[in-house]
Amino acid sequence: MRSPRRLGDRLFSSGALAAGLLILVVLAAVAIFLVAQSLPALTAGGTDLPAGFTSFWSYVLPLVFGTVWAAVLALVIAVPLSLGVALFLSHYAPRRTARALGAVIDLLAAVPSVVFGLWGITVLAPFVQPFYTFLSAAFGWIPLLAGPVSGTGRTILTVAVVLAVMITPIITALTREIFLQTPRLNEEAALALGATRWEMIRIAVLPFGLPGMVSAAMLGLGRALGETMAVAMVLSPSVVVSFFLLRSENPTTIAANIALNFPDSYGSGINVLIATGLALFVLTFVVNAVARAVVGRRGGGKGL
Amino acid sequence: MVLSTPGPALHSGALPRHSALGLFALCLAVTGTLFLLLLLSGITPAYNIAGAVFFGLVLWAATISAVSFLVEGSRRAKDRLVTALVCTSFGVALLPLISLVFTVVTNGIARFDGAFFSESLRNIIGPGGGALHAIVGTLEITLIAALISVPVGLLTAIYLVEYGRGAVARAITFLVDVMTGIPSIVAGLFAFALFQLLTGDPGIRLGFGGSIALSVLMVPIVVRSSEEMLKLVPNELREASLALGVPNWLTVGKVVLPTALAGIVTGVMLAVARVIGETAPLLLIAGYTDSMNYNPFDQRMMTLPVYVYTQYTQPGTDVQPYLERAWTASLTLILIVLALNVIARLIARFFAPKLPH
Repeated sequence: MRSPRRLGDRLFSSGALAAGLLILVVLAAVAIFLVAQSLPALTAGGTDLPAGFTSFWSYVLPLVFGTVWAAVLALVIAVPLSLGVALFLSHYAPRRTARALGAVIDLLAAVPSVVFGLWGITVLAPFVQPFYTFLSAAFGWIPLLAGPVSGTGRTILTVAVVLAVMITPIITALTREIFLQTPRLNEEAALALGATRWEMIRIAVLPFGLPGMVSAAMLGLGRALGETMAVAMVLSPSVVVSFFLLRSENPTTIAANIALNFPDSYGSGINVLIATGLALFVLTFVVNAVARAVVGRRGGGKGL
Repeated sequence: MVLSTPGPALHSGALPRHSALGLFALCLAVTGTLFLLLLLSGITPAYNIAGAVFFGLVLWAATISAVSFLVEGSRRAKDRLVTALVCTSFGVALLPLISLVFTVVTNGIARFDGAFFSESLRNIIGPGGGALHAIVGTLEITLIAALISVPVGLLTAIYLVEYGRGAVARAITFLVDVMTGIPSIVAGLFAFALFQLLTGDPGIRLGFGGSIALSVLMVPIVVRSSEEMLKLVPNELREASLALGVPNWLTVGKVVLPTALAGIVTGVMLAVARVIGETAPLLLIAGYTDSMNYNPFDQRMMTLPVYVYTQYTQPGTDVQPYLERAWTASLTLILIVLALNVIARLIARFFAPKLPH
C-alpha cells in the first residue's frame, strides 16, 4: 500500500524541484551566454566599435553614466511625488475612495512603455520645451540648466520626467502598503498627545516606513535603469558624459542604445552591444541586491 | 474628501470647517481665469489646462498655509501645508495619466476601424492597411510565453511552499529575486544569443525567441504571485487531508491547488498583462515585418508594441497615416492590457474561496 504513494510523492516533489532548478539553469544560461558573447567585445579595437571610440571601456563608461544619471534624475522626481501620493492614499483620502483612487494610479503601471515613449515625444517634449527656454533664461547661471536649450525638448530631463511617471506607480504601491502597516496604536498615541496629522505622520508613520521607502525607491531605480523604449524614443542621444539637463546633446542609456543600434548591427557590433547589456545586468543586479539587503535588515527592528 | 483637520481647536483661532475646500475652488478659479486671459490675449495657442490646475494647486498650498498661519498658528499651518502638498502630489500624478489617455484615445480613434483589425501592412505605402499581423504575432508569442512560464512558475511556487526547505529553497528564492530584476532588453539579448548559438545564424530573428525572452520576464512574476496564493491556503486544510491518509502530492493537487486556483489565475493574467506590452526584447529577437507570419518558429514576426515603435520611427514621406496607425495600435494595446487587468480582478473577486480568518 505504501510504495505507490511514495512514488507519486517522489515524482511530484522532484518535478517541482526540477522546475525550481530550471530557473537556476536559465539564470546561469543568461549569465554564461552574455559573458560568452561579450568576450570578443572586451578586447575589441577601433574598427569594431562605432566611429570615434578607441576601446570598449571608453564606449561603455559614458553609457553607464547616462543610464545612472537618467535613472537618478527620475528618482529625484518620482520619490517625493510617490511618497505624497502614497500618504494621500493611506492617510488622507477617505478609506472608501482611497481604494478606487489607488486603482487609478495602478493604471499608470498598466500602460506599456512604448506608449509612454510615443506620448513623451509627441505630447510631453513639445509641451515642456517653452518651460526649458524659460528655465535656462532665468536660471542659466546654475550649471545644470545652462544653455543652449534644445529646440525639440527631447532632453535628458524630459526622459527623466517620463521615467518618473513610469516608476511612480511602483514606488507608490509599495510605500502605500508599508504606510498602511503602521501600528495603529502608535498613530493613536501620537494623536492622543495632541499631534496634528502631519506631526503624527512624522513621528509614527515615516520612521516605521523608512526601510520600506528606501527599498521601494531602490526597486524603482532598478526599473528606471532597465527601461528601454521610453528613453529610446524620447531622447536625442549621443554617447557622452554631460550633466547639462536642457541641451540637445544628451548622454544616452545602455538599454536605449541597444534598442536603437541592434537592428542594424552585425558581427562584432552585436558583441559590443551584448557586452553593454552585460554591464546593465550587473548594474541592476547590484541595485536590486542593495534593495533586498535593506528589506532583509528590516526584520530585526519590527517594533519601530 | 476630508481636508480640514478633525477635532476641536484648543487654541485661539480655527478656520471654518470647509475653508480648505473653498479656498481650493477659489484658487482654481483664479488660475483658470488667468490662463483664459492668456489664451484670449493670444500668448498661448491653446487653453493650458495642465498649467491652470498645477498653478492652482501651488497657489492653494501657499494661501491655505499663509491664512492658517495667521489664524491658527504655526503647527496647524504646517499641517495644512502638508495636506495641500500631499493632495497636490496626487493631482500631479494624475495629470500625465489623464493627458496620456486623452491623447491615445483622440488620436487612436481615427484608424480604429475594420481594416485595422483585418489587414496587414504588406505592400502598403501611405494610408490604409492594418495591424492584423502584429495582433496575431502578439497573441502567438505571448501565448507560447504563458505556456512555458505557467507550468515552470507554478511548479516552482509549489516546491517553495510545499516542499522546499533549507539551502536549495533559499537559493531558488534568491534567484527568483534576481530574475525579477532582469531588464527586459537583457532578456532579449539572452534569447538572441541563445538562438544565434543554436542555429548558427548571426542575424537570427524568430517569434519563438520572443516567447523565450518574455518567459524569462514572466516566470518570476508567476512564481511570486502563486507563492503568495499558496501561502494563503490555511494549513488546517492540508492537515485535514493528510490526516485522512491522502498522500502529499494528492493533497496539493486536490486540496491546495483548487483552493488557491482563483488567485493563481489572477496572478497569471496580471503577469501576461505585464509582458504583453514589452517592446525591447521583441524588437531584438522577433524583429519586425510588414507581412503576416503565422509560424513563430521561422522568420520575423511583428508584434503590437514593436508595430507602434516602427510605425513611429520609420514613417514614409507622408507621416500622418503612420502616426495614426501607431496611435491606434497603442490604443489597442492599452485596451488589451486593461481587459486582462479587469478580468483578473473579476476572477479574484468572484471565484476566490471564502477562507476563514
